[in-house]
Amino acid sequence: MAFPADYRYTKEHEWIKVDGNQATIGITDYAQNSLGDIVFVELPKVGEELTAGKTFGSVESVKAVSELYAPASGKVVAINESLATAPEKINSDAHGSWMLRIQLKDAGEVSKLLSSDDYDKYVKEEGGQ
Amino acid sequence: MSPTAEVNTGLRKTALNAVHRKMGAKMVDFGGWDMPVEYSGLIAEHMAVRTGVGVFDVSHMGDILIRGPQSLPAVQHISMNDASKLQPGQAHYSALLYPEGTFVDDVIVHKLGDNDYLLVINAGTREKDVNWVRQNVREFRCHADNLSDYYTQLAIQGPKAVDVLRKLTNVDLTPIKNYWFTYGTVCGLPNTMIARTGYTGEDGFEIYIPSDEPTSERVWYEVLGAGREFGILPCGLGARNTLRLESKMALYGHEISDTINVWEADLGRYCKMEKGNFIGREALEKAKTAGLKRILVGLEMIERGIGRDSYKVFSEAGGQIGEITSGSPAPFLKKNIALAYVPPEYSQIGTIVLVEVRSQKVKAQVVSTPFYKRPKKEK
Repeated sequence: MAFPADYRYTKEHEWIKVDGNQATIGITDYAQNSLGDIVFVELPKVGEELTAGKTFGSVESVKAVSELYAPASGKVVAINESLATAPEKINSDAHGSWMLRIQLKDAGEVSKLLSSDDYDKYVKEEGGQ
Repeated sequence: MSPTAEVNTGLRKTALNAVHRKMGAKMVDFGGWDMPVEYSGLIAEHMAVRTGVGVFDVSHMGDILIRGPQSLPAVQHISMNDASKLQPGQAHYSALLYPEGTFVDDVIVHKLGDNDYLLVINAGTREKDVNWVRQNVREFRCHADNLSDYYTQLAIQGPKAVDVLRKLTNVDLTPIKNYWFTYGTVCGLPNTMIARTGYTGEDGFEIYIPSDEPTSERVWYEVLGAGREFGILPCGLGARNTLRLESKMALYGHEISDTINVWEADLGRYCKMEKGNFIGREALEKAKTAGLKRILVGLEMIERGIGRDSYKVFSEAGGQIGEITSGSPAPFLKKNIALAYVPPEYSQIGTIVLVEVRSQKVKAQVVSTPFYKRPKKEK
């Protein structure tokens, strides 16, 4: 699987894509694959504040629940409503299925995250591939 | 006892382990076994079994043969159902109990002949069961042999299972009733045991073939080949779990265990108190008089949220009343369902309870079970 080079990644398998002083957040293809069929995504409301490294919601597959961790701090400006009725989109296109958009508090937080190459290495070690 | 010798270190493997890996299954540690949890996806596999056909490698299940002139009294002594009612070629659901009336394991007892009974037991409890059975049949003139490693067990399940198996055997499958079995040639293997049993709530068969890898692989691929026109999918333990949950079939370590008794587990219909003495009977008699403290109920989530294994259950008034034993989204029913132990006063159909889903209390309702019952159709 290829991880987009213009995204950054957490060790908890979220991705973040910066767009000016805003950013979109989702989970990686590796994460969706290990979860299996996703049936439920629980997200914060617009206006809530995320804190880098803290949980902001959860994603559930038939067999497991996984917490979502904020890659960066900031206020939620939009959530992807379509995931409420079609959470399986994350399985078919994890890197295209953003969950929420935030107003970045500190762009410096993002540069500390893993690059696509580093994340690729990380999951290969974790998955023993 | 190659090829699946039971060792103390590392995960055990069925004869089809290499095939599962080659076919891209996601593998997990299940009770010490390296087993496929899913292939193409849990929901697709679950739906294949409900609407078409799926095949599972369930060779991790154990098999104990009880043989000898006193095999019937031995089986009667160690299991709660009435094996004297079985005809040769017939099987039934039963359980091995501790003197406390709690579960050693649940089993399918097959009557092979007047002096031969085959007990199919769970994977995670194999050693415990074998030791327990051997110890408790000692006073009877019979042997208990552990045949677990000699069989590869394949479960072909779903409304089209009969059509798939028909292509692979000379046996007329139509007269085989649910929970009966016969022997015949399957994929060229003579005297193969063919049982109309399963753990999915659907029609289907379980076949028992030699556990050497070449034979196991050949039959696996022949089943998949015969099933292609019916859309057969290889299925993993993930779908096996959601299928059995929709049908309210117990799973050891969840709905039944060494701390839960037969009445609590709502399995009284398989427990024949009138058949005479058996291990656990006395305690069950007492427990019946004392009354139930908790009972297994089905829950359906009515607010957004999924109740899962070991989530706490609360009354509307606020106190904790129990715990979920198995909970999951139900792929066919498209509801979030769970089994839970609650005090009898909360077991009435329609009772509202609250399930603690992480920090939130989510409303659920006691519903009638099984959640799913397969439609009746003519043979």
